Amino acid sequence: MASNWFRFAAPASFYPLAGRLIPVFWILTGVCLLVGLYWGFFQTPDQLGGSNAQKEYYRIIFIHVPAAWMSMWLYVVMVCWAAIGLVFNTRLSFMMANAVAPTGAIFTFLALWTGAFWGRPSWGTYWDWDPRLTTELILFFMYIGYIALHSAIDDTRRADRAAALLAIVGLVMVPLIFWSVNCPDPNQCAALHQRSNLTQIEGNILFSMLAVTFGFWMYSFATTLMRLRSIILTREADNTWVQELLVKGGRA
Amino acid sequence: MLRVFWCVLLRDLTLALRRRTDVLTTLFFFIIVVSLFPLGVGTERQILQILGPGVVWVAALLASMLALERLFAADYEDGTLEQMVLTAQPLSLLVLAKITAHWLLTGLPLVLIAPLVGMQYHLSDDAILIMMVALLLGTPVLSLIGAIGAALTLGLRGGGILLSLLILPLYIPVLVYGAGAVTASGIDMADTRPYLALLGAFLVAALTFAPLASSAALKISIE
Repeated sequence: MASNWFRFAAPASFYPLAGRLIPVFWILTGVCLLVGLYWGFFQTPDQLGGSNAQKEYYRIIFIHVPAAWMSMWLYVVMVCWAAIGLVFNTRLSFMMANAVAPTGAIFTFLALWTGAFWGRPSWGTYWDWDPRLTTELILFFMYIGYIALHSAIDDTRRADRAAALLAIVGLVMVPLIFWSVNCPDPNQCAALHQRSNLTQIEGNILFSMLAVTFGFWMYSFATTLMRLRSIILTREADNTWVQELLVKGGRA
Repeated sequence: MLRVFWCVLLRDLTLALRRRTDVLTTLFFFIIVVSLFPLGVGTERQILQILGPGVVWVAALLASMLALERLFAADYEDGTLEQMVLTAQPLSLLVLAKITAHWLLTGLPLVLIAPLVGMQYHLSDDAILIMMVALLLGTPVLSLIGAIGAALTLGLRGGGILLSLLILPLYIPVLVYGAGAVTASGIDMADTRPYLALLGAFLVAALTFAPLASSAALKISIE
């Protein structure tokens, strides 16, 4: 068994596996999103909070919070693959990190975008320099930096390794950024975000939030694997197995 | 090992001082950017006092970033950098020496010119003092973090723009706490201590990890 550890680290053997997994993840995405959104729209209370209740518009939470969670999680995933790539020197890990980055950037953007539309009715403003908004924006910049650096370098090997190093350096910043929420003087940086506590959320809301999160997670798998397959094909275009695939008609 | 450090440091300083304009351009860029803001936003005393700390820090970020491109570029072009990578000495030490030279030439002048800029913005003496201390702690962090970006973008077309995209987000904590310290000094001098302590912590962390990361980045870029 020990020899099988790296079996799927070879692009040629991972390519068909990814092809078989993609439909599974798409189905899971569809089911989770349908359940989560149905539950979120029809099985949850009409109001959120006590004295100054948020009305129907709070339902944006079912997109906003999962997107924000995924945006941070995908950065960690990306850094893990980048680090594995640097340590074991496996090509596929770099490709994986590469494939995760756009999805992560999209979720970061989605979190900011939905946050703006949630902020307008509840805070009276689309944007405020709340620590969490600012850190999410920085996260977005870091994804963009990763993608930009990778696409600026023509030599694939150097691009992979340089972007991986940048991602790891960025991860060092993440605890720092989160920590900046608790700044030395709380009077000077008022946070509009309430402190979140999962145990105090109403059960139905939590359920649909988690269902959508799981759906977004499966969506990330699906899109990442699809992107990975095209990256593999582009990079391995000169190899015989890709040529054979082309002759056979593209289906593996 | 210390001898190697001094050797590289003195070499870089000598090279830079033979071409003084490079050093002076950065300094004048800083002064010009800082002087432009009052012309743009109005010269009322109160507005300037509020804007001052932030403007000075943003200008410092931009100035140190502009100079970063030159950190490794000349050595990369004439092959010196490859020789440095090949020596038996630890690369991170050589990189640290180069960063130190870079800071002495671009960061330190900004610290020294700060009182002048403070006067332009009608800052109080206390605020100017805190600004100098904050810049003294913060500008080395900028050079250290920037070196990683400079090493990663070595020899790329459009490297300068790319460098700013990579490095500026990483500069944000220094900007926040650096400008925060000066603003806090307007309320109570004792309030500035946590900000300065945090800047010091950034400096120690950057001093520990940035040379390692930059030397790893150099090896990636050169191989």
